[in-house]
Amino acid sequence: MKTYNIYICGVGGQGIIKTSIVIGEAAMKSNLGVVMSEIHGMSQRGGVVSTELKIGDSRSPIINDGSADLLIAFEPIEALRAISKASKETYVIVNTSSIMPFNIQGSNIPYPDVLSVLEELESKVNRVFAMDAEKIAKESGHILSLNMVMLGGATAVSGFPINKETVKESMSANLPEKSIPINMKAFEKGYEFVSSK
Amino acid sequence: MNLKNILTHKEGEKLFLLGNEAAVRGVIESGVSVAATYPGTPSSEIGNVLSEIAKDAGIYFEFSINEKVALEVAAAASASGVRSFTFMKHVGLNVAADSFMSVVYSGVNGGMIILSADDPSMFSSQNEQDNRHYARIANIPMIEPSNPQEIKDLMKFGYELSEEFQIPILMRTTTRVSHMRGVVELGKVEEHPKTGYFKRDPERFVPVPSSARKMHKLLVSKMAEIEEVVNNSPLNKIFDNGGNVGIITSGSAFNYVMDVLDENNLKINVLKITLSYPFPEKRVLEFIKELDSVIVVEEVDPVMEKEVLACLGKYGLNTKVHGKLDETLPLIFEYSPDIILEGLNKLFKDNVDTKEIYEPNIPLPARPPTLCPGCPHRAAYYAVKKAGENLNLDVIYPTDIGCYTLGIESPYETADYLLSMGSSVGTSCGFSKSVDQSIVSFIGDSTFFHAGIPPLINAVHNKDKFVLVILDNRTTAMTGGQPHPGLPLDGMGEIAPEIDIERIVEAAGVQFLEVINPLNIKKSQDIFQDALKFDGVAVVISKYPCMLIKGAKKKKQIVVDVDPDKCDKCLDCLRELTCPAIYMADNGSVNIDSAACKGCTVCIQVCEEKAIGVKK
Repeated sequence: MKTYNIYICGVGGQGIIKTSIVIGEAAMKSNLGVVMSEIHGMSQRGGVVSTELKIGDSRSPIINDGSADLLIAFEPIEALRAISKASKETYVIVNTSSIMPFNIQGSNIPYPDVLSVLEELESKVNRVFAMDAEKIAKESGHILSLNMVMLGGATAVSGFPINKETVKESMSANLPEKSIPINMKAFEKGYEFVSSK
Repeated sequence: MNLKNILTHKEGEKLFLLGNEAAVRGVIESGVSVAATYPGTPSSEIGNVLSEIAKDAGIYFEFSINEKVALEVAAAASASGVRSFTFMKHVGLNVAADSFMSVVYSGVNGGMIILSADDPSMFSSQNEQDNRHYARIANIPMIEPSNPQEIKDLMKFGYELSEEFQIPILMRTTTRVSHMRGVVELGKVEEHPKTGYFKRDPERFVPVPSSARKMHKLLVSKMAEIEEVVNNSPLNKIFDNGGNVGIITSGSAFNYVMDVLDENNLKINVLKITLSYPFPEKRVLEFIKELDSVIVVEEVDPVMEKEVLACLGKYGLNTKVHGKLDETLPLIFEYSPDIILEGLNKLFKDNVDTKEIYEPNIPLPARPPTLCPGCPHRAAYYAVKKAGENLNLDVIYPTDIGCYTLGIESPYETADYLLSMGSSVGTSCGFSKSVDQSIVSFIGDSTFFHAGIPPLINAVHNKDKFVLVILDNRTTAMTGGQPHPGLPLDGMGEIAPEIDIERIVEAAGVQFLEVINPLNIKKSQDIFQDALKFDGVAVVISKYPCMLIKGAKKKKQIVVDVDPDKCDKCLDCLRELTCPAIYMADNGSVNIDSAACKGCTVCIQVCEEKAIGVKK
């Protein structure tokens, strides 16, 4: 049994759960088995948020250490925080714009240099797609389309098990109607970024 | 997905549902008439979805004042012959426990399911109590689903079992089941009576000692019959994989076990226990009689493991039992496939699959959750701490359950003692009688209604001395913004009488009562100082709506800015407020993120250099 495992992480408020639901419903529409785990609770208050999706024939939605096929990190240091889920073969898509923890002033550990974060990611996995998704989202019309930039990137990754049109159908079914043109634009830009690499 | 799909989609269609959403579909398919809850994660979304669709589904739904009342609302409905549903987080069942025990004695007419969502590893709870023990205390049948499809299907089964034996059913989920999404195939929506008739029968429904003795005898006989059901039910299912080793498991752990066996090609038999109480002793015996050893895989306490050991003792069998008690598996916290594989590797060394697990080389700063930008609690905490400092007092801060428990973090440090919902007030009574320190306790509006009123009356009557700050942000914020009795809306979105906290406090006999807008720092500080000087119970209601309330009237949008010429980089705003909207740029200047800022103006009031102001 081989499942396609996607680990998605970032900071509360970035639209991570919505993105995961779009992927999950698209998998269901593609007649693939899919299970997902999401942790609610403190998420809206700036804490770490993560979801796990297993596409294929799996009962549990928990991804073993070293078993993610795709790691989608909405924030640079959150990619490293989740690195135990990755192996050399994992594809990583990472947003390079950082979000400072609120208490960074009083923290003993400083926020690391983003370039050194990317270097470490590249030293650990074969393929890292680093993009400034915040910038791309703003160019697309709204910063809140950041999650669809990341989704577009994910859809373009080699081995992603759902075709692009089905993902877009699922977006239309899950996003507010008014926001769809901007989100589609954001999605396409993310898709282009990864497929051009 | 539009939440209405849970109601409108037909039999045979598939939806990608959260466990909690699947529970709602289960309610609809089972023809439930009355549902009640008090919000608590990981069960909160059940209420949120019901709140949106109950009216269209012809279900009466309420956010009750607390879990005990929710259970009582459901119990009375079932006694009247209609189907009822009540659900709560695991610790909510502690609140409901008194009536919970009795409703199992008196039994039901219409089916009744009580869902308890446990929280192994405590993602959003104060403990990880294992509510399978409640099945044993109360002697109530327990069902443990493993995924969203099972939640839905077992609700239907549960209502049938409940009505057949006229007994309520306890369903236990865990966070990983309630917050798991999966493909759910919908079933047929059944019609059941929406209105009941209560047939008086005091011998059955009033547990005075003479009747309670009969009720208990009847309960024991019902459970003996249900034991036959669970021993023969295909829901307690054996997966025969060959070999002489077996695993007994339930709930979320079942998913992990099956994946681990599959991925590692292990020939180990599995008994999935879905109907877990009364314990299916005969089914377990049938499973283990051919085995040399059995591993019990369960979250959190070794409940089934002890049942299995008792079973072996009773029948004089020598099968070896592994689990938590011999440290094959961890005693506390939730499991994962990796944890189970590690346990199996301890027993069968040949499976060892040592892989390199990456760890970050760069040290990463933590990212704890915090109060939102513009949160009124931040302002209240700032003012109350200043008031204590100005009076040079040694203040202790009993607190309560809600977003404001985040006051535990630096720099607020306004959370010193917490037991449970409402404990801020009750423990303040105790501190008042035990220490000479000043006491300021915090409770939210919803928590005040839930469990804060009786201890406040206790405090006044027993002549205690403390300041109680009611942080009234006009919602149940922590669990996602549900209404409560202090708001003019009910759980189905209908206009409802608004219960005034001020009048309750007055009626309790409190002699010092002030209502403040916490965003006005100076005035709040003065009132807190007066409250701290008061010789008795002083109540300050800090009233300002939560910034997350959807559709609430927003404060006039202003742009707050830092004047770099005036800013002396004292960083008091950053350090003392830790507002996520205030940040230090790479060049060391203090800035305000205009997208995140809600214009609460607290930083403007705090800045001594007057460097922060409204941009014209």
